Amino acid sequence: MATKEIAGKTVNVTEEGYLTDPAQWTREVAQAIAAEEGITLTDAHWKVIDFLKKDFAEAGVLASMRRINKTGGIATKDLYDLFPDGPLKKAARIAGLPKPTSCV
Amino acid sequence: MADEKIKKVSIICSKGSLEGIYPALIMANGARMEGIAVNLFFTFFGMDAITKKKVKKIKVATVGNPAMGIPTLIGALPGMSAMATMMMQKKMDALDIPAIDEFIEMISGAGGKLYACKASVDMFGLKKEDFMDEVLDIITVGDFYELAAGGQIIFT
Repeated sequence: MATKEIAGKTVNVTEEGYLTDPAQWTREVAQAIAAEEGITLTDAHWKVIDFLKKDFAEAGVLASMRRINKTGGIATKDLYDLFPDGPLKKAARIAGLPKPTSCV
Repeated sequence: MADEKIKKVSIICSKGSLEGIYPALIMANGARMEGIAVNLFFTFFGMDAITKKKVKKIKVATVGNPAMGIPTLIGALPGMSAMATMMMQKKMDALDIPAIDEFIEMISGAGGKLYACKASVDMFGLKKEDFMDEVLDIITVGDFYELAAGGQIIFT
């Protein structure tokens, strides 16, 4: 496991940059990870991130794209517009959640 | 050093059974999730996946499908295919794999581009209106190769 300096904090991350300790996640860390992805977080981004975190806390697994759409009420197209070129991976990384493991 | 990332895939869906269609849709959706550009070209019975009247009636093949473990004569009994389809759909739903029509909407929403094959459309006597709204156009095989240029082609 690696550590990384981000938003003035030292956090534990996987090789691909996913946080391994949810307790180290802050909104500032999220903003810094998003900046690495070239994304400036807006309210619409936060809606996705907040849903992913809440759903993960309840379900114990990362939501699928379909679940974000059906349960989170966020259109697939919007998700791709907000997090281009890999929406679930990017959103999960910014939310401090594990890398997606599902095929859909 | 890692190999160069795939930038574009063009996937051909040529089969009209449930197990024939899903691999193409899963590969297409999975590609979009990785930021890979996707063209999805439906030909022959694969067009059932985008045909309004057919998309909700797609079944698993229980005959001539040795991997199912159902003897052909039993697989041919009335209702067998419908039952196997229902069981499979239930499992897929639990895994958050959408039904085919919903999957088509999802791939389109994800920016995947969907096309029907001109030769098959002519052969089956179909029109643009017979297809789901997500289908962009009816194109020739030549058009397909033009769209696919510079990317990978997957035939299913």
